[in-house]
Amino acid sequence: MNARRRIADSEPRLLRWSIISLAIALTILFIVLPLAAVFIQAFNKGWSFWLAAISETNARSAIELSLLVTAIAVPLNVVFGLAAAWTIARFRFKGRDILLTLIDIPFGVSPVVSGLIFVLVFGAQGWLGPWLADRDIQIVFAVPGIVLATVFVTFPFVARELIPLMQAQGSSEEEAAIALGATGWQMFRRVTLPNIKWGLLYGVVLCTARALGEFGAVSVVSGHIRGLTNTIPLHVEILYNEYNYTAAFAVASLLSVVAVITLGLKKLLEWKTREVGS
Amino acid sequence: MKRPAWKHRGILPGFWPAFSYSVLYLTLIVLIPLSAVFLRAATAGWPRMWRTISSPRVVAAFKVSFGASLAAALASVAIGFVIAWAIVRYEFPGKSIVDALVDIPFALPTAVAGISLTTLYAPNGWLGRWLEPFGIKVAFTPLGIVIALIFIGLPFVIRSLQPVLEDADHEVEEAAFSLGARRWQVFRLVLFPAIRPALLTGFALAFARGLGEYGSVVFISGNLPMKTEIAPLLIIAKLEQYDYAGATAIAVAMLLASFLMLLAVNIVQGRSRRFTETGLS
Repeated sequence: MNARRRIADSEPRLLRWSIISLAIALTILFIVLPLAAVFIQAFNKGWSFWLAAISETNARSAIELSLLVTAIAVPLNVVFGLAAAWTIARFRFKGRDILLTLIDIPFGVSPVVSGLIFVLVFGAQGWLGPWLADRDIQIVFAVPGIVLATVFVTFPFVARELIPLMQAQGSSEEEAAIALGATGWQMFRRVTLPNIKWGLLYGVVLCTARALGEFGAVSVVSGHIRGLTNTIPLHVEILYNEYNYTAAFAVASLLSVVAVITLGLKKLLEWKTREVGS
Repeated sequence: MKRPAWKHRGILPGFWPAFSYSVLYLTLIVLIPLSAVFLRAATAGWPRMWRTISSPRVVAAFKVSFGASLAAALASVAIGFVIAWAIVRYEFPGKSIVDALVDIPFALPTAVAGISLTTLYAPNGWLGRWLEPFGIKVAFTPLGIVIALIFIGLPFVIRSLQPVLEDADHEVEEAAFSLGARRWQVFRLVLFPAIRPALLTGFALAFARGLGEYGSVVFISGNLPMKTEIAPLLIIAKLEQYDYAGATAIAVAMLLASFLMLLAVNIVQGRSRRFTETGLS
C-alpha cells in the first residue's frame, strides 16, 4: 500500500466522502449539465424534427462547408506538425526555444483577434485589399478567409501533441535505422510513423474537433452569408438568434458528438500508451 | 541528448527541409498576419489609438472583461482544486469518468457551450428557475459571463494541478503527521507550498483564456453596452462599422494583456522548476 493510500485512509471517512461528493456535484453542475442540456434540447421535439433540422438545405451546406474547411486545414497542420516536431524533438539548434514559443502563439490569441488579423491583411481596407480587388479575388467574407482563420486557430495542435511524445521516445531507433542504411523516407515510414501514430491520431482529432467547432475567428471573417459562408457553429448561432432553439441544439448536437468522440479517443490513447509502457 | 549537437545533426536526415518548412509556414500563417495588427496600430498613430481605448464604452468593456475573467479564474481555482484533489487522492466509483469529463470544455465548441449555458441559466431554465426566487439573475448579467468563463477555465486549472498533486511527496506528509502536525498544518505548510506554482499557472491560463473568450460568452451575456459587453465583442462591433483602426486598438490592448499573462506563467513555471532542481541537489 502506498503512502497516498495510507494518508487517504487515515483521513476521517466523513471528510473524505464529503470532498468526493462535492467534487462530483461540481463536475455535474459545471460540466455535465451543459453537455447533457445540448442533447436533451436537441431531441425535445423528437427524432424526426432533429433529422429535419440537420438535413435542411442551409444546415447541409453549413456541414459541407465545415467539412471542406476541415479537410484543408487539418492536412496542412499535420504536415507542419510533423516538420516542426522533427526539427524540435530531433535536433538542437539556435532559436529552438523561440520556435517552440512561437508555435504556441495562436493558443494565446483571442479567437476574435485571430479573425481580425486576416481582415487587416486581406480585407477591403487591408494590406492586400486593393491588389486583390483589382484582380477580383475575394478572401475575407469568403471561403478562403474561413480556411485561413481555421488554419491559424488550429495551428499548434498536432505539433504540440507530437513534440513531447517524440522527445520522450528519443532518437536511438531512428539513428539505428539510418546507420543500417535506411533512406530518410524508409526511416520515417517504418520507424518514426509507427512510434508516433497514436499521438499523431490524437493531434489530428483535436485539430479536427477545433476546426469543425471554431466560432469566434470564423465569425469575423465569414460575412455570415447563408448557404455560402456559414459553417456549422455559425449556423447554430443564426438558428438560436431566430429563436429556433430546438433546431439550433439539433445542429449543435452534431458538434457535441464530435467532442465526446474526442474524449473517448483520448482515453483510448492513454490506455494504449500505458499498455505499451507496461 | 547527451551527445554534441553536430553529431545529432550528422546522423538523422531532414533537418534543413523540416526546419525551413516549419519556419516558412509559421511566418506565413502566424507571424505576418499577426504583425499586421501591430503595423496597423503604428500607422494609425498612438493618439488615435488612445482615443479609442480610453472611450467610455471601451473602458467599460475592458472592465467587464477583466472583472469577469478575474472572478471566473478565482472561482475556477477553488472548484478545480476540489475536483483535482478528489481525482488524484481518493478512490471512488466513477473516478475515471469524472477525470475524462474534465476535458469537455476543451472539446466542446464555444458556441455550443454558449447556447447551452444560456438555456440552463435563463430565468425559465433548469438552473435559472431555482435561482430566480432568490433574486439571483445569471443569464444576461455579468454573473452569466462569469459562469461561462468558469466552464471555459476549469480544465486549465484541473490539468495544471493534477500532475503536481500526483507528484507531491506523500512520505513528507506522513513524516509531518508522525511529527505531530495537524491535518490543516500539513496542508498549509507541506502541501500548499508545493502546489502553489501550479495553482498560479492554472489561474493565469484560465484568466488569459477568459479575457479573449468570445463564443461561450456572447449568448449568455446579453451584450448590453456599458454593462455586459466584453472587449472581443467590441472588436466585432468596430469591424461592422468599418472602424478598422478602432478594432485594431482594442486588439492590441488585448494581445498585450494576454502576452503579459503568458509571460507571467513562464516566469512562475521557471521559478518553480528552479525550486525543484535546487531542492533535489
